[in-house]
Amino acid sequence: MTRDSRSNEQTATALLMAIPALAGLLLFILLPFATALLLAFTDLRLGSPLLVRFVGFDQFIHLINDPDFVRALFNNLLFAAVVVPLQTALALALALLLNRGLPGTVAFRTLFFMPVVFPMSLVSVIWSLIYAPGPDGMMNAFLEWGSFGLWEPRDFLRDPMLALPGIMLLSIWQGVGFQMVILLAGLQGIPQSLYEAAALDGAGSRQQLIHITLPQLRNPMIFVMLITTILAFRLFDQVQIMTRGGPDNATTTVIYETVQAAFARQQVALASAMTVVFFLFVLAVTWLQRRYTHHEREVS
Amino acid sequence: MRSTRLSVLLSYLLLGGMAMLFVVPLLMMFIGSLKPDQNILVEAGSLAAFLPSDVSLQNYADVFRRSDFPRYLFNSLFITGCIVICGLLVNSMAAYAFARLQWRGRDLLFNLVLALMVLPFEAIAIPLFYGASILGLRDSYTVQIVPFIANAFAVYLFYSFFISMPKELEEAARLDGASTLRIFFSIIMPNAKPVFASVAILTFLTWWGSYLWPMMVTIGPAVRPLPVAIASFFTLPPLYWGDILAFGVMMVSPVLLLFVTFQRWFVRGVASSAIKG
Repeated sequence: MTRDSRSNEQTATALLMAIPALAGLLLFILLPFATALLLAFTDLRLGSPLLVRFVGFDQFIHLINDPDFVRALFNNLLFAAVVVPLQTALALALALLLNRGLPGTVAFRTLFFMPVVFPMSLVSVIWSLIYAPGPDGMMNAFLEWGSFGLWEPRDFLRDPMLALPGIMLLSIWQGVGFQMVILLAGLQGIPQSLYEAAALDGAGSRQQLIHITLPQLRNPMIFVMLITTILAFRLFDQVQIMTRGGPDNATTTVIYETVQAAFARQQVALASAMTVVFFLFVLAVTWLQRRYTHHEREVS
Repeated sequence: MRSTRLSVLLSYLLLGGMAMLFVVPLLMMFIGSLKPDQNILVEAGSLAAFLPSDVSLQNYADVFRRSDFPRYLFNSLFITGCIVICGLLVNSMAAYAFARLQWRGRDLLFNLVLALMVLPFEAIAIPLFYGASILGLRDSYTVQIVPFIANAFAVYLFYSFFISMPKELEEAARLDGASTLRIFFSIIMPNAKPVFASVAILTFLTWWGSYLWPMMVTIGPAVRPLPVAIASFFTLPPLYWGDILAFGVMMVSPVLLLFVTFQRWFVRGVASSAIKG
C-alpha cells in the first residue's frame, strides 16, 4: 500500500515536471508540423474566396514542374555536395593539427572557432563587403594578386556562376570551427594505448592515421557530416540577405522558395508542400546517419 | 606521434595560413568601423584595409543616430535570455522525469520526444507563422520566446546526463523523506552544472543568431532583434559601410567577450552536442 501511494506520488510529480516541456513540444512542434502535412494536400491560399478542397498530390506535382523549385532543390544538393566534403575535410585537418599539442594551440582554436559565435546575418553583411565589385573589392584584389594579375574583377553576388560558390565559401568560414571542435573532442577520446601498441608494431604516423585515428573517428565524422548536410538544406539567411535567390535563381533554395510562396504569394498549401519535401530530405539524411553510425552497445 | 622539426614547422605554416583567412574578415570589420566611409571601399583592395586611417568614432555615433541600437540589443538579450532560462528549467525537469521517475506512459512519450528531434525549425515555420498571425501575436516578444522554450534536443542532452548520474545521493535524500521536486532542485541541479552550462550555451548560440523567424514575425523595430536589425540596416539606403561595420562590431562584441571569457565552456558545450546517436 505504501508502495502504491509512493508510485502515485511519483506519477503525479513526474507529470508535473514533464508537462511544460511536453505541452510546448506538442503545441509548437508536433501540431504545426501535422498542420503542414495536412495543408500540403489542400489548395488553401490566403485571400482566395474559394472553398478549401483536398487535392491529393496536386501541390507536389506542381512543385516537380516548377522550374524555380527544381532549381532550388538542385542548389541545395549542390551546396551539400560541395560544402559537406570540403568543410569536413578542413575541420578534420584543423583538428589534427591542433591535436598535436603544439604551443599556441589554444590561440588557434579560439580563432578558428570565433566565427561560430557570429550570427549568420552579420557574416553575410561582412562578406558582402568582401565581395564588393570592382578592382578595389577585397576578394577581387586578393584573386588578382594571387593570379599575378590574370583575374578580371567580377561582381561575385550578381554573377550566376560565382554567387553560389561565394555563399558556400562564407558558410564554410562560419561553420568549420563548430565541426573542428567536435572532431577535436573525438580525437581526444581515442585511447592512447592504441597508438602505443601500433608504434610497437612499427606503424608510422601515416599508418596510425589510416588504421587508428580515422576508424576511431567514424561516429563524430558521420555526425558532423549529418549536421552540415542538414544545414545545407536549411540554407536561407545568407541567400535572403546577400542575393535574394538571384541572379536568375542561381542561389535560390528550398527554404527561400518556401518563404516566398508563403509571404509574397500567400500560397499556404504550396508552401506546406515545400516544407514536406524539405522534411523528407532531412529525414532521409538522418536515417542514413543512424544506419551508418556504429553503436558501441552492438559491438560489445 | 613523433614530431620532427620539419613537421612542426609545416604545422605552424598551415595553422598560420588558415589563421590569416580567419582573421581577415574580422580585422576588416573592426578596423573599417573606425574609418570614414570613403576610405573603406577604396582601401579594401589593399593592405591599407587592415591599417587604421583617419580614426574616429563617428560611425558609432552615426549608428546611434540612424538606428535604435540599444533597443535591438535589449530585444536580443531579452528574447534569448528568456528562452535560455525558461528552457533550462522546463527541459531539465522533463528530462529528470524521463530519466529517473517511474510512471505510466513514460517510454512512449520519451520516444515521441526523441522522434521530434528530427524536425528542424524550418519544417514548422510556415504553419507556426500562420498560427501566430491568426492569434494576432505577430510583432510581440511572446511569439519569439514561448514556442522555443521546450526543446527536444535539450531534453535529450539533460536525459543523457541524468541517466549516468549515480543514484546514491538521491536515495539517501529519499530515505530522509525529501520530495522528488526537492531532490531535483537541491541535489540534481547543483550536481549537473556541466550539462546546464552546455545546454545554455547551445541554446544561446541557436537563438542569438536566429534570423528566419524574427524576420517573419516582426513588422516594426519595437521587438526586432539584432540579426534582423543589421540586415535591415544593411538594406536601408544610403549604404554607409562604416556605419554597418560599427553596427556589426557593437552587435558581436558582448558575445565575443563572453566567448573569450568562457571559452572552455563554449567548446565543451558544442562538443557535447555530438554525443547524440
